[in-house]
Amino acid sequence: MDQRSHYQEQFNAFERTLNGDAASPVHALRRTAMGHLQQVGFPTSADEEWRFTNVQPISNRSFTPSIQPPASSLTSSEIEKLTVPAQDRFVFINGHYAPWLSSVKVPNNVRAISLAEARSTDRQMIERHLAHSVKGTETGFTALNTAFLFDGLYLHVPSGVEIAEPIVLVYVADRSAAETVIQPRNLIVLEERAAAKVVEFYVSNDGGSYLTNAVTEVVLGKRARLEHDKVQFESLSAFHMAVTHVAQSKESVYRSNNFALGGKLVRNELTSAMNDERCECTLNGLSLGTGEQLIDNHTTIDHAKPNCNSWEVYKAVLAGRARGVFNGKIFVRKDAQKTDAKQTNKTLLLSDEATIDTKPQLEIFADDVKCTHGATVGQLDEQQVFYLRSRGIGADDARDILTFAFADEVVGHVSIEAVRDRLEQIIHLRLDEGRVA
Amino acid sequence: MLEIKNLHASINGNEILRGVNLKVSAGEVHAIMGPNGSGKSTLASILAGREVYDVTDGQVLYNGQDLLEMDPEERAREGVFLAFQYPVEIPGVTNSYFLKTALNSIRKHRGLEELDAVDFLKMVRERMKLVEMEESFLNRPVNEGFSGGEKKRNEIFHMAVLEPKLALLDETDSGLDIDALRIVADGVNKLRRKENATVVVTHYQRLLNYIVPDFVHVLVDGRIVRSGGKELALHLEDKGYELMREGSETTARRG
Repeated sequence: MDQRSHYQEQFNAFERTLNGDAASPVHALRRTAMGHLQQVGFPTSADEEWRFTNVQPISNRSFTPSIQPPASSLTSSEIEKLTVPAQDRFVFINGHYAPWLSSVKVPNNVRAISLAEARSTDRQMIERHLAHSVKGTETGFTALNTAFLFDGLYLHVPSGVEIAEPIVLVYVADRSAAETVIQPRNLIVLEERAAAKVVEFYVSNDGGSYLTNAVTEVVLGKRARLEHDKVQFESLSAFHMAVTHVAQSKESVYRSNNFALGGKLVRNELTSAMNDERCECTLNGLSLGTGEQLIDNHTTIDHAKPNCNSWEVYKAVLAGRARGVFNGKIFVRKDAQKTDAKQTNKTLLLSDEATIDTKPQLEIFADDVKCTHGATVGQLDEQQVFYLRSRGIGADDARDILTFAFADEVVGHVSIEAVRDRLEQIIHLRLDEGRVA
Repeated sequence: MLEIKNLHASINGNEILRGVNLKVSAGEVHAIMGPNGSGKSTLASILAGREVYDVTDGQVLYNGQDLLEMDPEERAREGVFLAFQYPVEIPGVTNSYFLKTALNSIRKHRGLEELDAVDFLKMVRERMKLVEMEESFLNRPVNEGFSGGEKKRNEIFHMAVLEPKLALLDETDSGLDIDALRIVADGVNKLRRKENATVVVTHYQRLLNYIVPDFVHVLVDGRIVRSGGKELALHLEDKGYELMREGSETTARRG
């Protein structure tokens, strides 16, 4: 039995702290979501979409929603060490905005503020977009996030504005995160011809065993362009559930680079709906699992209209007894003629006990389309290993170099050098751990 | 430097080498010639440490050490180098990173200080000229997208940087046009030292016009059936390998 009544009690307590907010439209969303959670509960492996990912370790536990901002002694340089130096940085500790660690220098007409603030200052936009794109697809986890919806990033870039500097979001779990559920909620809206880069970091500073349950909604206007990078490097005792929904308008470009490097049990659901013509969607992903980690990536690309292109490459490196899951759905609707969709899933298994369940799922209802998919699962190429060794490179080093190169290819898609550097550091670190494990 | 005694080797139960004997001393260039399937490349691969072959009998001594007991990387660090017949593509690893790692592994083994990025670059720039390679090759992934000729030049470039004592060139001439052949051969010749040895494995005599051997050995059906000076290669060019096969028994008896 999952912990529905536990979360209902927590919700009642949360409601009592809200005062005036309890009458707001956002609170109506919360109440509906709590009702939904009570109805559907958490997914089980009987659900087709969760067949390979048993979330009982989460649904059996009673995490306490992180409602109060924690007192934290984290410093700016500690944050920088965990992530990257950045001009525009939002830091959230256990899901709560920490203004003293944040700095934002975006152009004047850009709204980049915490969602907690935006809920009162930017009500119209919030009401128009919040919880819209996820509607109808909510699992128990999304409902849990909405029920306790409080803080996150609100970014609104008006028409024609291009932000060159990346906006770096740091979700850090500190010591007081143990046994809590941290629930960031982000809303990113780019109007016509707007452009931005957003980087999400999920990191831990002695966070221990906690649950991150994040929901991010992205709305792209006509010809808008977003690079959306996510670096998940949570504590190895933490759980990470994340849902990202992207709604694309005509000729918009969405590029996602998704790195799952930490966490004990991880699930990413990433959906992009190309709702108008000539959109582009690129999804790159890398999972790196060691020990007993389980990393599950579920992606959905919905070609609803003609002449849209999508490219997807998801890679995984799995060592120890780590498990990977990849499910890549591509829908090509009846209308979506001249669709060009390419999906690739490549997995490198570094041990006999590591496993991957991979499932490309293409559902094509239009007839004039180009859709390809391919999945490979294998070990390192022994000819390559021998070539390196025959030049004097030790066997372990040769394997590390080849494994790193396999992973690093995904890093190459990130346009921000500092993020690439940090990713390479983390990958080296994790591969070293993987070899020991 | 190298002494091969009665070497027998097989792959998947098929015997490919049936008692090879060969002695190579410092300063010498040896050519091993033979028809396809005679075991030339197998011999080169075994010397470099490829693990897919089973050595069933015999011994290989390299500077007095049991070569077959050494890991491939150990052999390389002790100065053995194989220029591959089919150089392997390594996507995602640049030529420069690959070579720097290799060179420093070898230097470390020899008790030398590791080269930093600046000194390394200075050195490789100079060595690239030996095989007329452009600097852009340094930042390209190893052999990925290289033409056949570029791959072979890259092998000799690796050799120029790693400065082996014993270089094994496996069909380095295959797939090269005459210009590329000249460049590759020139590179090898410039790297000849009296303290080093070179073993050239080839099917054709052509390469030996450029890299002139001191000794030529004819390998047929896994055995060296005849050895001689450079004129043996010319003789082969005229008469072909069939003659050698017929003559193999007399040679073996004589040997």
